[in-house]
Amino acid sequence: MNLKEWIFTTDHKRVGILYLIGSIAAFGVAGIMALLMRAELSAIGPTVTADPTTYNVWLYAHGAIMILGFQIPALTGFFANYCIPLMIGAKDVAFPRVNALSVWLFYVGVILALLTFFIPDPPDVLWTGYPPYSTITAGNTALYTFTVLILGFASIIGGVNFLTTVAFMRAPGLTWGKLNIFVWCILGAFVMQLIFVPVLGSAVTLISFDKYLGTHFFDPAMGGDVLTYQNLFWFYSHPAVYVIFLPFIGVVFEIIATFARNPVFNYKAAVYGGIGGIVLISGEVWIHHLYVSGMPDWLRIGQMVSTLLISVPVGLLVISLVGTLYKGAISFETPMLYALGVVFLFLIGGLTGIPLAITALTVNLSETYYVVGHFHYVMAVAGTFAIFGGVYYWFPKMSGRMYNELWGKIGFWVTFVGVNIVFWTMMDIGARIGLPRRYYDYAQFPEAASAQHLMTIGAAILGVGFVIALLNWIIGAAKGPKAGDNPWGSPSLEWSTVSPPPHGNWPSPPSVSEEWSPYAHGRR
Amino acid sequence: MPEFKKTVGALLALAAAGPALAEKTIPTAARIVDPAAGWDHLWRDVLIDITVIGIIFAMITAYLIWKYRRRPGNEQGSAPRLSAAAAIGWVVIPSFVFMADDFYLAANGWQLWNTFREVPADRLEVQLESGMYSWDYTYPNGVQTQNELKVPAGKPVLLRMTSRDTLHNHYIPDFRVKEDSMPGRITYLWFYPQKPGTHVVTCTEYCGVMHSYMAGQVVVLPPAEYQAWYEAEGAKVKKAAAPAETVGKTPA
Repeated sequence: MNLKEWIFTTDHKRVGILYLIGSIAAFGVAGIMALLMRAELSAIGPTVTADPTTYNVWLYAHGAIMILGFQIPALTGFFANYCIPLMIGAKDVAFPRVNALSVWLFYVGVILALLTFFIPDPPDVLWTGYPPYSTITAGNTALYTFTVLILGFASIIGGVNFLTTVAFMRAPGLTWGKLNIFVWCILGAFVMQLIFVPVLGSAVTLISFDKYLGTHFFDPAMGGDVLTYQNLFWFYSHPAVYVIFLPFIGVVFEIIATFARNPVFNYKAAVYGGIGGIVLISGEVWIHHLYVSGMPDWLRIGQMVSTLLISVPVGLLVISLVGTLYKGAISFETPMLYALGVVFLFLIGGLTGIPLAITALTVNLSETYYVVGHFHYVMAVAGTFAIFGGVYYWFPKMSGRMYNELWGKIGFWVTFVGVNIVFWTMMDIGARIGLPRRYYDYAQFPEAASAQHLMTIGAAILGVGFVIALLNWIIGAAKGPKAGDNPWGSPSLEWSTVSPPPHGNWPSPPSVSEEWSPYAHGRR
Repeated sequence: MPEFKKTVGALLALAAAGPALAEKTIPTAARIVDPAAGWDHLWRDVLIDITVIGIIFAMITAYLIWKYRRRPGNEQGSAPRLSAAAAIGWVVIPSFVFMADDFYLAANGWQLWNTFREVPADRLEVQLESGMYSWDYTYPNGVQTQNELKVPAGKPVLLRMTSRDTLHNHYIPDFRVKEDSMPGRITYLWFYPQKPGTHVVTCTEYCGVMHSYMAGQVVVLPPAEYQAWYEAEGAKVKKAAAPAETVGKTPA
């Protein structure tokens, strides 16, 4: 393997794999932060570190790196890059060099994020960076600002690239109505990135202006307003949840359709009602992050209704997903286990979000462990399971080899048990005694100690599960048995070329027939 | 001219925010509704709602997974093509079911929200200034306490809150209520202590290094005992304030 070829590559598949390596590395680091935090919380009083600032830096690093360095890049960087040109029958993306620029910007962003552990006074502002604390802390808020800006910029140029690619480079005969659900999901996610990332960029830039240049955007003593930041931040960061959700549910659609050997149930409802509905509604619900922040009552009540209405497009997607199983021929290889795991985790996470939509219930629930448990189920763990399932699913295409099925299944079950121990307990303890999140210590809640201990054990279990999966990939890529071009028997276009596909993907550009669809099983 | 400005300002505020923005006061005669009890009630209802939906969905999914597993004789999916009517029906009917549930929950949630925001007129009103890392309460007669809010049983308590540095959030888990306090703005919350006892107060908005240690308590006293404490402390404040006007803040 030639290192120079990888560094200067403009091949979308290699760019995608570079995204995968970077984001999995980020996942490992942020995961270690999670384990350190769980170890710290396993008992009341200082355990791992005696310095709360150290804990707060872990907290910052875990949140910021998991979201900005792992989930968004893995989903909109790796999966989009690797799969989209293959799924639409294109030789590459529309702007291959811009694509290479975006992956290297992503690496710069990840390196900035990792610098957290090497500089004096690392940022301790959480991934939210709320002022006034972020403008008065001794921590390095500028590092936070630049990490967000660089990763956001990488994502925006990726977005322009993929919208253009899908609009203009589809294979002859591949109409909009025949796109894979995953492609639609990526389109929806990038439309939201293009609309909302600039708002986040402005918010974090203004914090650094306030802190280092002496402006007063968020300083009430000089006519600023602290709530402005929270509005700007969540105006991006709530849609960011859907930037993660849409691609991961898209991956799950691909896996379930393939392993059930069925077309997607009610395709148009999923695309227009589900994906379209989420994109439309995503910008009108951010106030639910400010339910207890002194916003005007009419806004809190108005956005309670819009937040509850998210259940309509999400419900349509879930019906399409579960409906795809109807009259299927379902088999249960590792990717399918992860996909069904996502359905289960997402069901729990989605339904436990309903109380959090109701303004009056959040006066007790918000900022407690209940919230942390909920969003880990619905986004963090469901998203990570989809990413792992997706990597297993396209593993034979990427490497040309097969992973070990038995170890794949063991890894899945170990992780699945671990996450449910951790996050179910978390929701329970949060709702029952109101244990607040973001706490280094919890002496005022002695009754939480046994639950905290249990969660630490659960975290260790889920960590082992993820390590099993990672080892399985590394060993499989190095010496797994040859997989063949289409081991799952899917009619989707990416499986019609050789594994791994050469530069340019197909010897001659593919075209598709009238009766073809990516889900027309048994009609090839 | 100032009158005109005031009127226009008030009208604009009204148009922008509606009456809901202003803090509402209900007449003394009305029975006081305890928001914490309302919270427990709605929480139970919503839990039942989501548990039923969850079990129905999970059972349908589990049944489909088992029934249509791949086995000899079932090697290929055979989902029927949806007719246009069926496709539309699978959008419209579930959407209406979801929306019906949404609006039912929203209506109940709104009602409870009003309980949390409409403060009974007969109440104890205390000013709270939060700072890194303490809760500083000021009573109507100028008495100040730190990290300990003494209140009489049987009387609603209204906290008017602001902050002198970062964001904080005054959370009393036993009374199911929290709200941010922040610099440059005044927010409020109220609760209804009914029995003597002590309750944890804790900060639930990340405010700095010692965030998790920013705790205090609400001490609910029998009314007579509270009154005695309140008057004794009030007399001390008067005495201290007599020579020079040095007591920091004037109660707003």
